[in-house]
Amino acid sequence: MSIDMTQFLVTFYEESFEGLEIMESELLNLDVGAADAETINTIFRAAHSIKGGSGTFGLNAVASFTHVMETLLDEMRDGKRDVTQEGVEILLSSVDVLREMLQSLRDDLPLNHDAISVAQEQLDNLLNGSANNEREQVNTVTDSYEQGTGSNISETGCWKIYFNPNRDMYKTGNDAVRIIRELEELGEIEVRVDTSSLPGLDDIESEDSYLSWEIILKSDTSETDIREVFAWVEDECDLIISPYSGDVGDTKKSSENKPELNVAVLEKSFDALAPQAEALAARFYESLFSNHPEVKPLFKNTTPEKQQAKLLAALKLVVGSLKNPEALVKSLTEMGARHQAYGAVAEHYDVVASTLISTMKELAGDLWTSEVNTAWQDALGIIAGIMLDAYQPVVASGQQSQSTTPKASTPTKQPANTNKPATESRKASGSGETSIRVSIDKVDELINTVGELVITQAMLGQFGELEELDNSHLDTLRDGLSQLERNTRELQESVMRIRMLPISFAFQRFPRLVHDLSSQLGKKVELKMSGEQTELDKTVMEKIGDPLVHLVRNSMDHGIESPEKRIAAGKSEMGLVHLDAYHQGGNIVIEITDDGGGLNTEKILAKARSSGLVSADDNLTEDQVHDLIFQPGFSTADQVSDVSGRGVGMDVVRRNIRSLGGTVDVKSKEGDGSTFRIRLPLTLAILDGQLIRVGTEIYIIPLVSIIESVQVHKDKVNVISGRGEVYKLRDDYIPIVRLYHAFGLTADSTVLDKGLLVVVEAEGHKVALFVDELLAQQQVVIKSLETNYKKVEGLSGATILGDGTVALILDVVGLYELSKKVTTHPGLNLSSSGSSEDGDIEEIEVEEGKLDIQATNESSSNEDSGGEAVA
Amino acid sequence: MNDTTQNEHSIDLMSVGNDGNQFLTFMLAGEEYGVDILRVQEIKGWDTVTKIPNTPEYIRGVINLRGTIVPIIDLRLRFNLEQLDYGVTTVVIVVKVVSDGEKERTMGIVVDAVSDVYNISSDDFKEAPDFGTAVDTDYVKGLSTVNEKMVILLDIDHMCNSAELKVIDSIAES
Amino acid sequence: MATILAVDDSASMRQMVTFTLKGAGHDVVEACDGKEALDKAKGQQFDLVISDVNMPVMDGITLIKELRALSEYKFTPLLMLTTESGDDKKAQGKTAGATGWIVKPFNPDQLLATIKKVL
Repeated sequence: MSIDMTQFLVTFYEESFEGLEIMESELLNLDVGAADAETINTIFRAAHSIKGGSGTFGLNAVASFTHVMETLLDEMRDGKRDVTQEGVEILLSSVDVLREMLQSLRDDLPLNHDAISVAQEQLDNLLNGSANNEREQVNTVTDSYEQGTGSNISETGCWKIYFNPNRDMYKTGNDAVRIIRELEELGEIEVRVDTSSLPGLDDIESEDSYLSWEIILKSDTSETDIREVFAWVEDECDLIISPYSGDVGDTKKSSENKPELNVAVLEKSFDALAPQAEALAARFYESLFSNHPEVKPLFKNTTPEKQQAKLLAALKLVVGSLKNPEALVKSLTEMGARHQAYGAVAEHYDVVASTLISTMKELAGDLWTSEVNTAWQDALGIIAGIMLDAYQPVVASGQQSQSTTPKASTPTKQPANTNKPATESRKASGSGETSIRVSIDKVDELINTVGELVITQAMLGQFGELEELDNSHLDTLRDGLSQLERNTRELQESVMRIRMLPISFAFQRFPRLVHDLSSQLGKKVELKMSGEQTELDKTVMEKIGDPLVHLVRNSMDHGIESPEKRIAAGKSEMGLVHLDAYHQGGNIVIEITDDGGGLNTEKILAKARSSGLVSADDNLTEDQVHDLIFQPGFSTADQVSDVSGRGVGMDVVRRNIRSLGGTVDVKSKEGDGSTFRIRLPLTLAILDGQLIRVGTEIYIIPLVSIIESVQVHKDKVNVISGRGEVYKLRDDYIPIVRLYHAFGLTADSTVLDKGLLVVVEAEGHKVALFVDELLAQQQVVIKSLETNYKKVEGLSGATILGDGTVALILDVVGLYELSKKVTTHPGLNLSSSGSSEDGDIEEIEVEEGKLDIQATNESSSNEDSGGEAVA
Repeated sequence: MNDTTQNEHSIDLMSVGNDGNQFLTFMLAGEEYGVDILRVQEIKGWDTVTKIPNTPEYIRGVINLRGTIVPIIDLRLRFNLEQLDYGVTTVVIVVKVVSDGEKERTMGIVVDAVSDVYNISSDDFKEAPDFGTAVDTDYVKGLSTVNEKMVILLDIDHMCNSAELKVIDSIAES
Repeated sequence: MATILAVDDSASMRQMVTFTLKGAGHDVVEACDGKEALDKAKGQQFDLVISDVNMPVMDGITLIKELRALSEYKFTPLLMLTTESGDDKKAQGKTAGATGWIVKPFNPDQLLATIKKVL
């Protein structure tokens, strides 16, 4: 049976990256000196799984690298080795190297051999450093690949085997008959059973073994192979294997006249060529492509530079490991498997070999003796053989892979065919991100819900068969419908839940980040995480990672003070960064809190004034001042460090979070630290909406952003010069946005006390939306306007109502922005708000200058009553 | 029209090929226009739309087309032609718009009436002169004569790509 | 054909083992750790159990010990998946009652050849 192992690679990569995350976070958890056994075991298990999988799926470089890590961890686990800081650091950097290796393999990029060998050396040194004999142990492992054939061949081609199972061998599930049957596959056998130990019938324990066997095996197989058959029971039986001199056959296989590697000559000639290596590579491809254009398509997915580097790396690898045949065979096998995926067939190897030799000859000049020539020819032949051996037989596509078909040399068609597997396998391995792992509970829940739905459907289906409905049926029908509604809601929730993952997926990178940053910044920082099990949508999770990293970096860089400063301020030397997540309403809230110096209100204000973000006489609350850090181009750091001063500002963080329909704000107390609070919708697909009406149009306000709805009391409406209308709600002054005005609609009424104010909150700011009427509340499925149109300011999307018409969903944050522009100049046609003049202070000032005139115009035009109703 | 746009057109013509393409034609203020029939997804009668605030007038709004939100463009308004009440022949042609670096979009265009389907070989294309009509020649792929009548072949992609929409937006707003 | 329980915490290994065995016409049930495997084995009689050794919650050795103690699994072949370096594991497994082992890394053919020994 031939099975394409690459089909399992997607899963393997996925679980390996997860394993690496686990290793990383657990390594960071390790208490150096007093390591917890279970923690080490968890790390070990992850390494072990990666090793096992990589070996099985043919990623030998990964397998051998992981093997050393595993050995180290095994020793730590068994208490043979102390867990040192050094060890942890080395393992951590090995995790990085391993991750890179896996990424390269997944994306079909060349491995970074330098980094790998550096890490491998570190691991080896560590391994050899304190515990002894480890090196040997590693070697025995590779040796064991080789065992099994060759040794102990019976001169006579005949073996005598005495096999006497212990009484309880059957209790391990082994069966003497099966073993003998297996032996039969090695050659002709003659079996004699010894029943002498059989007790009387009354004494027989039916589960025990009383028989022994003497077997004559005619086979030229080795003793090791025979022992292999008994491997599982060797401790549960007496086993004697000896050559048997019955009939004699000529069994000794003469070692064939195989060409061998002339290592010395190969090495020497390659060394001589080393200075011209790059020229060699370039020249090689030049003549290869000009003489054999048919191979060109095999290289279509790579650049000449990359390919030349690959060739050199391969040659170096081959020559470098000439003295280590097992390793050579392993890496060649690996390469062969990859070449098969590229669509290379046997002819191609000949072409490559002859081109390579002629190129080397050309460059080596006189040094290229016939001895060298023969050595290379043999070597390349052997190499091609090994690589071709690694090819998996391809079923159902014989023509493509059959190297002997004449078609192989047709330059245009063949490559197009052969290249297909390469692209396909790349696709398969590269798309690891798109799958999702779902806990079985969630699936069960889904199945239950569907089960209920089926029952409801059956119940409702009965009505279809009725001739007519009477009152008694109506009740049942009503029940059925409400049951259907419940089922639908549950089904929807269950389906949504499938996309939900615990936020720990996004959190798990932070221990490492904080660990690395602490030493980089010379700060002592403890990371506390809570609420890791809080779930959110996978898409949101993927997009929130970068903003979170930025905020944590920011807290560590600008928030937490240096140890000296902290001590001087009477704080503990160790700073604290706390990541917390929890659900609130339909939102997930993520908080990043630090106990550092907090935001410097004065400094921010000074900076904002100097850059013209606020005017000198603006009276801002402390929160408003702090919010300025989210303005584009704002940074108060005296020195831009390479940690957070990376050209990405808080404005980008806010923008990214907003694009997810979320908000971010900051609460800070100087001297005590800051808290950044991110609020995100749990899912991007559905929201609870409040339907509202303005004139003939229906809009949807996300329910989560609504604080309350109020009837307008005229005496609570004020007009603030330059700030438009505000509504006094308890102690707050809330800017009013007249939706009909903002959207250019005709409303039922333009008189405030004839409509309603819906008070919504966005990014910590409240806005009162003036609408005609509140309609129903319902869940709506969010549809993007951008799919076929574009983003529209003030709208976050659209949905389809029960009657099939489209209703637009209001973007509360965008409306707040809109309100800032709108309320400043109430008389203007509001379509101008779309212009991209956001941060342009001067223009706003000019418009504010115009404001008074317009306000007067407006009151005399007496069209818009809101203002002068109070004035 | 400057040289570069001319070049663009000739490239366009090349890509059409010589085999001749089918064009769906429609009427707009007495003129006949054509769009590549392969881009036409369906033809619908006019139905109410949901208005989108703060957008140019020619964007009539959006409709629900089997679950996706599709914007509807009034071509008369788009070309600054006199507005006409929608009548029985008024239809919405739903087209697929493809532009570089963006995924395919679906849009509806409101026209006076659907006219015919013609086979027009690209050899029969004539460059659009700068003929002072309402239609910006930028959006014209070429002109062709069918049964003695002029048909203006529109470059849907150019007319409806988002960059274009944005440009129009800002013009409309300022 | 036979009904086989495949136990491994690695999804890719489970996938591979299942794919191979199903390809050979066997029924396969998967479990991610010893505990889950034990529960499943109690609910259904398997003809063969193939289990990884290193697993969270309950490891393979414990699983084999527990299974062997059940009367339904007294003679059932129980194979463990070990790595080449796991000699002590093999011994531990044997003591616990394992029938034999399959050494990782292995390919589908090796897997099929090995289970042929016990089925």
